[in-house]
Amino acid sequence: MSSIPADLKYLESHEWARLESDGTVTVGISDHAQGALGDLVFVEVPEVGKALKKGNAAAVVESVKAASDVYAPVSGEVVAANESLGSAPELVNQDPYGQGWLFKVKPSSQDELAQLLDAKAYEKVVASEAH
Amino acid sequence: MPFIPHTQDDVAAMLAAIGASSIDDLFEEIPAALRTKSLAGIPEALSEMEVGRLMQSRARQDGRPLNFIGAGAYEHHIPAAVWAIVTRGEFYSAYTPYQAEASQGTLQLLYEYQTMMASLTGMQVSNASLYDGASALAEACLMAVRAHRKSKSARILVPATLNPTYLQVSRAITEGQNLAFDVLPYEPKLGTTQQSGLTAYTGQDITAVVIQQPNFFGQLEDVDAITDWAHANNALVIAVVNPLSLAIYKPPGEWGAKGVDIVVGDGQPLGVPLSSGGPYFGFMTTRMEYVRQMPGRIIGRTVDLDGKQGFTLTLQAREQHIRRSKATSNICTNQGLLVTAATIHMSLLGAVGLEQVAASCQHQTRKLVEALTKVRGVTLAFNGPRFHEAVLQLDRKVDDVLEQLAARGIVGGFDLSRRYPELGNALLVCATEMRSDEDIERYATTLAEVMK
Repeated sequence: MSSIPADLKYLESHEWARLESDGTVTVGISDHAQGALGDLVFVEVPEVGKALKKGNAAAVVESVKAASDVYAPVSGEVVAANESLGSAPELVNQDPYGQGWLFKVKPSSQDELAQLLDAKAYEKVVASEAH
Repeated sequence: MPFIPHTQDDVAAMLAAIGASSIDDLFEEIPAALRTKSLAGIPEALSEMEVGRLMQSRARQDGRPLNFIGAGAYEHHIPAAVWAIVTRGEFYSAYTPYQAEASQGTLQLLYEYQTMMASLTGMQVSNASLYDGASALAEACLMAVRAHRKSKSARILVPATLNPTYLQVSRAITEGQNLAFDVLPYEPKLGTTQQSGLTAYTGQDITAVVIQQPNFFGQLEDVDAITDWAHANNALVIAVVNPLSLAIYKPPGEWGAKGVDIVVGDGQPLGVPLSSGGPYFGFMTTRMEYVRQMPGRIIGRTVDLDGKQGFTLTLQAREQHIRRSKATSNICTNQGLLVTAATIHMSLLGAVGLEQVAASCQHQTRKLVEALTKVRGVTLAFNGPRFHEAVLQLDRKVDDVLEQLAARGIVGGFDLSRRYPELGNALLVCATEMRSDEDIERYATTLAEVMK
C-alpha cells in the first residue's frame, strides 16, 4: 500500500498539492504514481514566472517505462521549481512528498484548492485503479 | 501481385469478428465532408508493366548529360562496394528497428552513423537521421523554440543566402505553430550575410539564427562572427551544412566562442545517388543538454545482463509511439537504408578520403570558374572564398543559354534569376570531383559557342 498523507490534497491524475504557510501551493506526484511509473530518468519542471491553468500540463516526468504530464492542481503563477531534479530525478522516487516536490504555485484563488480530493477520496481512486 | 495479402474471405472473417459490415464502416466517424474521393492531378492506377515502360521512357528523356548543377544535391563518385553492401538482405530494410533482440546489426550501424555525424559536425549527440535537409531545418527550428524556454518570440532569423527551398519547406511544416521567419539580406558584392542586417536585431528577442555554410551561392559565411552575435543576443544557432565540406572546414561545434547549438543538413553527398530529388536523408546533431528536445530516433549503446555490449533505441519517451501528440515530432522517421549507404560510404572513404574528395571539389570548381569567366559575356558575381559552387552573371537570359547547352548534352547549372531577380542573369554552377579538366574544357568551349 502506497503512502497517502492525510494533510495533502490530490488530483485523480495522481498529483498532490500542499498549502504552505506563506499561501503558496507545493505540487508533486503521489507515492502511488512514482511507484507505477518506476525509476524516473528525467523531470521537466515549469519555468518560474509561468502562468499555469488548473488542469493543464505543467511538468513532465519520464521513467524507464513511460513519460507522463503532470497537471496543475490550481491556477496561478509558478514561484519556484525544484531544479535539483535536473541532476537527481530519483528524488521523486525516494521522497515523493518531500525532496521530490516539483514546483510551487502562487494560486490565483483559494477556491480551486478546496475542490481537490482529500486523502480519503484519493485512497479510493488508487484502490479502484488496482482492480 | 496484390500488395495486400488478405483474401476476400480473410476480410469478411475479420469484419464479422468486430461486427462491421464493410471496410467503409471502419471510417464512419470521419464526416463525409472531410473525406476525399479522388485527388486532383493523380492519374488512374497503372500495372507494374505500364509503370516500368513509363519510367524507362522518362529516364531516356534525361539522357546522360554532363552535369554542372548542384544547388543542394551533388553528383559524387560512390564506390561500387557501397550499394553492393547496402542491398544485402541483412541491411535492405529501411524501417526503424524497434526489436532490439532481432536488429543488433542495424542498430550498431546506426550507432556508428551517429558517432560519425557527431564527430564530423563537432557536436555531442546525433539522431539516426530525418527525411531530408529541408525538413531537418524545419525540425531544428521547432526544436529551438522548445529548447529556448526563455525566448518568447519564436522568431527565427534566416539568411537570404539559405537554400530557398529549405525556407519554403520550413515555413510549410511549421505553419500554424506561430513561428516567424525574418530574412537577413546579403552583401551584394560578397554574396554573404550582411553584418548590419544582423545587428539591426541587436537587443530583440530572437529564438534562433540560421547559418548555412557554405551558403546557397557556394560562398563561405563569417560563421564565427554570426555565431557569437547570436549567442551574445541570447539566440540559439542552427547551422545548415554540407557534410562533405566539413572534411576541410571547421565543424559547427567550433564556430565562434562556444559553437552552434543545432546542426542539420542533407546527407545526400555521402553516398546517395542523384535521383530526381530523392529519396535523400537529413541529419541532425546537437548539444547533450538539448537531447530531449531533439526529434527522431536515437540509438544507444548499453550492456545486457551478462555485461555484453548491445545496442537499442534510447530516449524513446520523446517520440510519437510513446508520447503521441506531445512527441518532439509527429512527422519524422529515419531514412535507414540511405543512412546505411552513408555509413558504409564514410567507412570506405575514411577521414582522409573525405578530405580528398572535398578538396578536389573545391579545386575543380576554381578551375571551372576560371575557364567560364574567360568566355565573353560571363563574369563572376561574388568575390571571397567559396566551396564547390559559384554564381556567374551572363550578359543574356540564363534559361535560353541553359536550353542551348542542354541540347549539346550539358546541364549548365541552376538558374537563379527567378529566386534572386536582383542578381539579374545569374547562374549557379558546381563542379565536384566527378568533373575532369576535359569536362570543364568542354563546358567552356560549348558555352563560348552558345554565347557567340
